[in-house]
Amino acid sequence: MKVLGNLAVLSAILVSSSAFAQYTDGVIKIGVMNDMSGTYSDLSGQGSVLAARMAVEDFGAAAKGMKVEIVGADHQNKPDVGSNVVRTWIDRDQVDLIVDVPTSSVALAVNEIVRDKNKVFLVSGAAASDLTGAKCSPNTVHWTYDTWALANGTGTALVKSGSNTWFFLTADYAFGHALERDTAAVVEKNGGKVLGKVRHPFPGTDFSSFLLQAQGSKAKIIGLANAGSDTINSIKQASEFGIVQGGQNLAALLAFITDVHALGLQTAQGLIMTESWYWDLNDANREFAKKFAPQNRGVHPTMVHAGVYSAVTHYLKAVEELKSDADGKAVVAKMKATPTDDKLFGKGEIRADGRKIHPMYLFEVKKPSESKAPWDYYKLRATIPAEQAFRPLKDGGCPLVSG
Amino acid sequence: MFEIFGIPSQALFGQLLLGLINGSFYALLSLGLAVIFGMLNIINFAHGAQYMMGAFVAYFLLNYAGLNYWVALIVAPLAIGAFGVLIERTLLKWIYRLDHLYGLLLTFGLALIIEGVFRNYFGSSGLPYRVPELLQGGQNLGFMFLPNYRAWVVVFSLVVCLTTWFVIERTKLGSYLRAATENPALVRAFGINVPRMITLTYGFGVALAALAGVMAAPIYNVSPQMGAHLIIVVFAVVVIGGMGSIMGAIVTGFGLGLIEGLTKVFFPEASNTVIFIIMAIVLLIRPAGLFGRSA
Repeated sequence: MKVLGNLAVLSAILVSSSAFAQYTDGVIKIGVMNDMSGTYSDLSGQGSVLAARMAVEDFGAAAKGMKVEIVGADHQNKPDVGSNVVRTWIDRDQVDLIVDVPTSSVALAVNEIVRDKNKVFLVSGAAASDLTGAKCSPNTVHWTYDTWALANGTGTALVKSGSNTWFFLTADYAFGHALERDTAAVVEKNGGKVLGKVRHPFPGTDFSSFLLQAQGSKAKIIGLANAGSDTINSIKQASEFGIVQGGQNLAALLAFITDVHALGLQTAQGLIMTESWYWDLNDANREFAKKFAPQNRGVHPTMVHAGVYSAVTHYLKAVEELKSDADGKAVVAKMKATPTDDKLFGKGEIRADGRKIHPMYLFEVKKPSESKAPWDYYKLRATIPAEQAFRPLKDGGCPLVSG
Repeated sequence: MFEIFGIPSQALFGQLLLGLINGSFYALLSLGLAVIFGMLNIINFAHGAQYMMGAFVAYFLLNYAGLNYWVALIVAPLAIGAFGVLIERTLLKWIYRLDHLYGLLLTFGLALIIEGVFRNYFGSSGLPYRVPELLQGGQNLGFMFLPNYRAWVVVFSLVVCLTTWFVIERTKLGSYLRAATENPALVRAFGINVPRMITLTYGFGVALAALAGVMAAPIYNVSPQMGAHLIIVVFAVVVIGGMGSIMGAIVTGFGLGLIEGLTKVFFPEASNTVIFIIMAIVLLIRPAGLFGRSA
């Protein structure tokens, strides 16, 4: 029996060191985890699984002899649920890469697990800039956007145009706190003043009470440090309570094209927002959207979907060159060493702290009369060049950088 | 202008009024639940889904048939009420004799299926529904800007709640209903069709949920999880008021709306939990609820 057992071990070692079995389990397994049923499921959800699948197909993984499998799961925006899924995925199902994970509280929990287990974590959906700041990890890349970039884009533009007093309506969890903190810093740096804030439970439904407090503050700008249906309902109810007619303006610090679609242009027109990707920005993006939307109930891709596509593409490149997906740190190091280049985000790079660098864009939502077709929603107001779009490396406090 | 605990009284009045508006949704929804529980002994967990369906019917009517809010206010409750009747005839009627738990599980499962189907087709962000033209704009009350639509919601739901209470507690039809739940065999002996009455009662409770859904459509976006957000709070309201007590549901609905409104001013972070804290306290002191009759 013992001999047989030894033989089995020996043959396993032989197989794993042979040319075709560099990948754990012989398969590169990608786990797309996000909100599949709740407030963030349109901006990430099944669309992110689709984007990952399109990335694998466009990469031509099968033709290159790489076997890639994609699994998806719903974390219900709960850190405990998300942590359990990721542990099961890594320990039992041999998942090598976790991707997307909106809801910063969940992403911060997953960040630690992936670091412990030495796998790879590519963040597209989550926003908290702590992921490349104090909580940065050699196993994590923060891809699409972050709270600092949003604050820098929208905050700077508004304060410079004279909107110098702010009141924050903040979702009461890691993401909202980070967005509020980063935006307040931008406002104060540019000579503006924060008059107050109110933190609402996440997810919320009725925001009228908080909006009334914001109205009472007399601030010129009510900064919405929330996302998804919280932002939708805040904007909708602000219009109901005549806040904009009263002379105050709303700043949707994080809004996605799906939110604008849900609000309708009548309500959303004139909103200013910062995003890293818009489907109608260039031919490559339009072509992607044209392929994506019919497979996603007609819903056009958000920047989160595009980020998943771009991140998975770059991961596959790194794994192909390394011929291994076993050591998460090594894969991420390879990803950082290789300049990024894909059809949706163009050329870019990943910094030592795990921050992916690319331009950000300041958009304004069109008036109903300006929109020629469904999903034709944004006007480009300004492009923030890559080197100014994200928090300077030295300011993040990431331990990976100081050394 | 005087202050109360550091909050200007103006702001406080505004918040109380908003609390009352939210309370009217709680009242309308918990009323339907209380009617169904009181008459059928079924804990209707599908109530949130039926509320959401009401809002969707309003959306469909407007966008596919060009029928406005006022038509939806009548058609949606009828349509969803009929759907409720169908559920009662095909599913619920088999489980009256069983433990409460079976009804709860069945309706909970139904809610999950209905919400899943809607999410599959319409996504989660929701669909826009405008405030009807007649009720656009608002009044400046001095201490706050009150949108006309919200004022309408409070008044209309109060009327619906009190009418329902009156019909069940003070009319002959209501007395038949109450008698039928106490002693169905005896009532049947008087020649009254008890099963049909039960079916229609369920349909009525469901219609109330759909009515609340139509009223909510212009305020919140019409989205598949709009009911799931509300249903847990509404259950807490029913438990606090006393399961099956009609007046209890109405008074507690409005009352808790007010308390929640105040919490949003003094300690906004706790505004989601305050109702459950009250529920825990009430259950400790009066297990049958504030207006419930102990068994």
